[in-house]
Amino acid sequence: MKPFALNKEQKQELFLAYLKDLSKFHLEHCEAYRKILEGIACDFDKVNSVEDLPFLPVSLFKKLSLKSIADNEVFKKITSSGTSGQQVSQIFLDRKDVLNQQKALVNIVSSLFEKKRLPMLVIDSESVVKDRLKFSARTAGIQGFSIFARERVFALDDKMQLQVEKVQDFLNKHQGESILVFGFTFMVWQHFYQALKKLDLKLDFPQGSVLIHGGGWKKLQQEAVSPKVFKESLKERTNLSLVVDYYGMAEQTGSIFIECECGHLHCSNLSQVIIRNPQDFSPCKIGEKGLIEVISLLPHAYPGHLLLTEDEGYILGEDDCPCGRQGRYFKVVGRATNAEIRGCSDTYAKNFI
Amino acid sequence: MSNLEKYNEAFISTFEVDADALPNLEYLSIEAWDSVGHMGLIAALEDAFDIMFDPDDILDFSSYQKGKEILAKYDVTI
Repeated sequence: MKPFALNKEQKQELFLAYLKDLSKFHLEHCEAYRKILEGIACDFDKVNSVEDLPFLPVSLFKKLSLKSIADNEVFKKITSSGTSGQQVSQIFLDRKDVLNQQKALVNIVSSLFEKKRLPMLVIDSESVVKDRLKFSARTAGIQGFSIFARERVFALDDKMQLQVEKVQDFLNKHQGESILVFGFTFMVWQHFYQALKKLDLKLDFPQGSVLIHGGGWKKLQQEAVSPKVFKESLKERTNLSLVVDYYGMAEQTGSIFIECECGHLHCSNLSQVIIRNPQDFSPCKIGEKGLIEVISLLPHAYPGHLLLTEDEGYILGEDDCPCGRQGRYFKVVGRATNAEIRGCSDTYAKNFI
Repeated sequence: MSNLEKYNEAFISTFEVDADALPNLEYLSIEAWDSVGHMGLIAALEDAFDIMFDPDDILDFSSYQKGKEILAKYDVTI
C-alpha cells in the first residue's frame, strides 16, 4: 500500500481499534503506564474516538523508564537530544520496533523520490555514528536515512568544520548523479550554508538531488530564518532545489512527518496528529493553534503510541492537500512557551547562543 | 575465492564472528549486526560481488540464510 493512502474515515476506524488494543497491551505489560491510567480511570471499552484515548506527555520519558518488554528483550536504547545538565529521554526498543520503524521510514521516504540508492552527503561529523553505545536521536536519523545511501560521506569534521575539499571531491566524483543530502536543520544552516557563504563558495549539486533535514526551527526562528529563506538561500548557494523538512522525535521514531511539495507536513498511514487546547486538552479544529499530539501504531516495546509533545502547531486540512496525499497535514509553529529547549538541532544550537 | 567464501568473509570481517556462528546469524541477533553493522555488511557484499542492492532488499536481508536468496536475485549463486 502507498504510504499516504488512507482517508479520514478509514483511519478513524483503523486507529481506534488498533490503538485500543495497543493501549491494553501496554497496560498489561508496563506497570508505570498502568498506574498512570488507573489515576485517570480510563475505560477503553467506552472510548469511541481516537481523540478520547489517554495520552502521555513526552516529558515523562525523561523521568521514567517506560518499558513493556523484559530487560533482555531491549535491543536498542535511544536517548533524546539533550546537552549536559539537561534531562534526556530514554526510549527502549525491541527488534520488532526497530524493524517496523525502518520499514515505515523507507516506505514514507520513497514517496519523495524514486526508491533507489544515491550517493549520500551527511551534514554532520562521522563521530556521531561511530559510538554504538551512544545512540542518540541524531544517530538514529542518520542511520535511518542511510538505507538510501550507496556511498556515504560526512561533510563535517569532529570540530564541526566543513571539509570543503572532501565535499568538492565527492561532487566531482558523482557529476550528473542525483545526490541525497541529509542533516539537521540548524547544522545545515550553520555549518554548511553559512560556512560556504563565509568562504564565498558555491556548490553545484546536480538536478534531482534532494536535501532532507529535520530537528527543529527554534534557533533559526530566533535568527529570523524562515523556511522560505532557508530554501532560497540553499538553492542559490548549492543549486539544491528539492529541500524537504521533516518533523519527528526520539520518543516516537516510527512517526516521521515529511513535508510535501506544497510545504505541508503529512501524517502517513501509520501515524496521526491531534492538536489540543493547552488549557483543557480538548481537540482543536482545523486552523486552531494548540499542542501537537503525535500518534503512531508502531510502538510495541514502550507505551509511546499516544504522546503529547511540547510543540505548537495547527492542522491545515485533511485528505485535500493539492499534493494528492490522503490524511491530515499540518504545520509546526514552534516550541510552546515555557517548554524546555529541545530537538536534535536545537539542543546542539544552544552551544551557539 | 568461491562465492560462499566471499559471502562468509563479508560477515566475518564486518561482525567479527566465527564461521561456525554464521548459519544461525540473524539481523539484530547480535550487537554488532544492528542498523550500523547492517549497512557495513551491505557495503562489504556489494564490493565483494560488484552489485547494488535495492532498498527493499536491504530491509529484507534479515539473516545469513535469507541473504543467500536475495543474492540469487542479483545472479550471485552462493
